[in-house]
Parts: sequence; structure tokens; C-alpha cells
Amino acid sequence: METFSFYAFAVLVLGGAILTVTRRSAVHSAISLIVSLLGVAGLYLLQKAEFLFAVQIVLYIGGIMVLFLFVIMLVNLDEAAKERQFNGQWAIALVCSAIVGLQAAWFMTKGTGALKLAQAPVAAQSGGSVSPGNVEAIADVLFSEYLLPFEVASILLLVAVVGSVIMAKKRI
Amino acid sequence: MQPVTTVHYLALSLALLLIGTVGVLTRRNIVIILMSIELILNAVNINLIAFSNQLQNVNGQIFAIFVITDAVAEAAVGLGILIALFRNKETVLADEVNLLKW
Repeated sequence: METFSFYAFAVLVLGGAILTVTRRSAVHSAISLIVSLLGVAGLYLLQKAEFLFAVQIVLYIGGIMVLFLFVIMLVNLDEAAKERQFNGQWAIALVCSAIVGLQAAWFMTKGTGALKLAQAPVAAQSGGSVSPGNVEAIADVLFSEYLLPFEVASILLLVAVVGSVIMAKKRI
Repeated sequence: MQPVTTVHYLALSLALLLIGTVGVLTRRNIVIILMSIELILNAVNINLIAFSNQLQNVNGQIFAIFVITDAVAEAAVGLGILIALFRNKETVLADEVNLLKW
């Protein structure tokens, strides 16, 4: 069952991603991206990351994608949809992704021994165990060990909000 | 069918990363370039979650939360820049923005 769900979600993720980068209309791309993000959320659930599953749906699909759709409405994309959609850089793009893909695939095939070595975890590691409830475990670590990065992230979000408001203002 | 291992998740995340990279490098529409960046960030998150589950260590999920925070900030600022650009240049195609060209 888990294997079947993995492959189903993988098809969702990759199909949505391919449609996202190939569709002509930006709205179609955004909807394919939502499908892809839903697949990623399902993968989180399969990997016992329930909190991130909820964050992915609420924040990504409910927040970021709505933001994208708003901007697509604000910006007139009809003219852009009539023009050609790809710049002529297929050769460079394919060479770059082939290099990266070969490297990573090589490490994945050669490095499986290393992956299996790490497969027997000690239950009480420094990061805490995942088992006693995912949200609880995340909160424990996030508000003790990662408290400073958490606060810095709030400053980052504040800066982003102020920056985007200034960018979108009529007159700076 | 063989059971799903961490390597399966890594392969999936690699494929997603490559699709996103090709999208960033070849599309002309800036909105879709930003969406491809979201795909790349999601590929990173799949990796982090897979290792978090394999090592039974919750640190990977914390990092994924920070990556999502970055993605939100990046999307907000990027779309704000896009609106400012559209107001000034009336275009959303990346190769027509040549204000800094020699």
C-alpha cells in the first residue's frame, strides 16, 4: 500500500511539475503547480511528517499559490501568452541538468552503502525522536535548539513584507 | 514491487530539481520562472524529509520549515518586483528586460 501511494504521489508530483514548466498559459501552470505541491504534501504524510503536511497545504497551496494567482490577475499576461514561450537555451539547460543529474545519480548508486549504514538509528538522538507525536517533537526542538533561527526567520518575513509593499507601491 | 526506500525519494527529488532547473533556464515568462523556483525548493524539502524519516531525527523537518519560510519570502518579494517591473516596462518576459545591458 505504501509503495502504491508513493508511486501515485510521484506521478502527481512529476506530472504536475512537467505541466508547470511547459504550459503556455500562466494560470494553467499555476494549477499544475498546485497538483504538484499536493503530491509533495502526500509524500510528507508518507514520511510521517504530519505537521509539514499541514503547513504545505495551508501555506503553499493556500498562501503562495493564491499570491501567484493574484499577481497573474494583476499583471496582464495575454500579450506574453501570444509570444514564444521558451528562450533558445535548450542546449545549455539540457547540458546543465545532465551534469547535475549524472552527478547525483552516480552518488545515489555508489552511495547506497552509506545510506544503509545510517539506517539503524539510536532512539534518543540529540534531535529527539520523531515518535511521540510529530507536532510535539517539532515544537520541542524548534523552540529550544532552534529558537534564534526561528526569531531571525520572523525578521526575514517582516523585511519581505515591507519590501514587497514598497515594490508594489505606485510611487516609491 | 520492492519496498520504497530513501533512495526512491532521493531519485524523485532529483527529477523534480532537474525539471525546475530546466524551467528556470528555458522559460521566458517571469511568473513561471518563479514557479519553477518553488519546484526546486520543494525538491530540497523532499530530500530533507526523507532523511529525517530515515534517521528518525526531527532536525530535517525543522530545516524544511525554514526552507518553506524562505520560499514564502522569496515569492512575496519576487512578485512585488514583478509588479514594479510590469508597471515600468509593460512586459513580463525575462529577455525583454534589458535595462542593465551594455
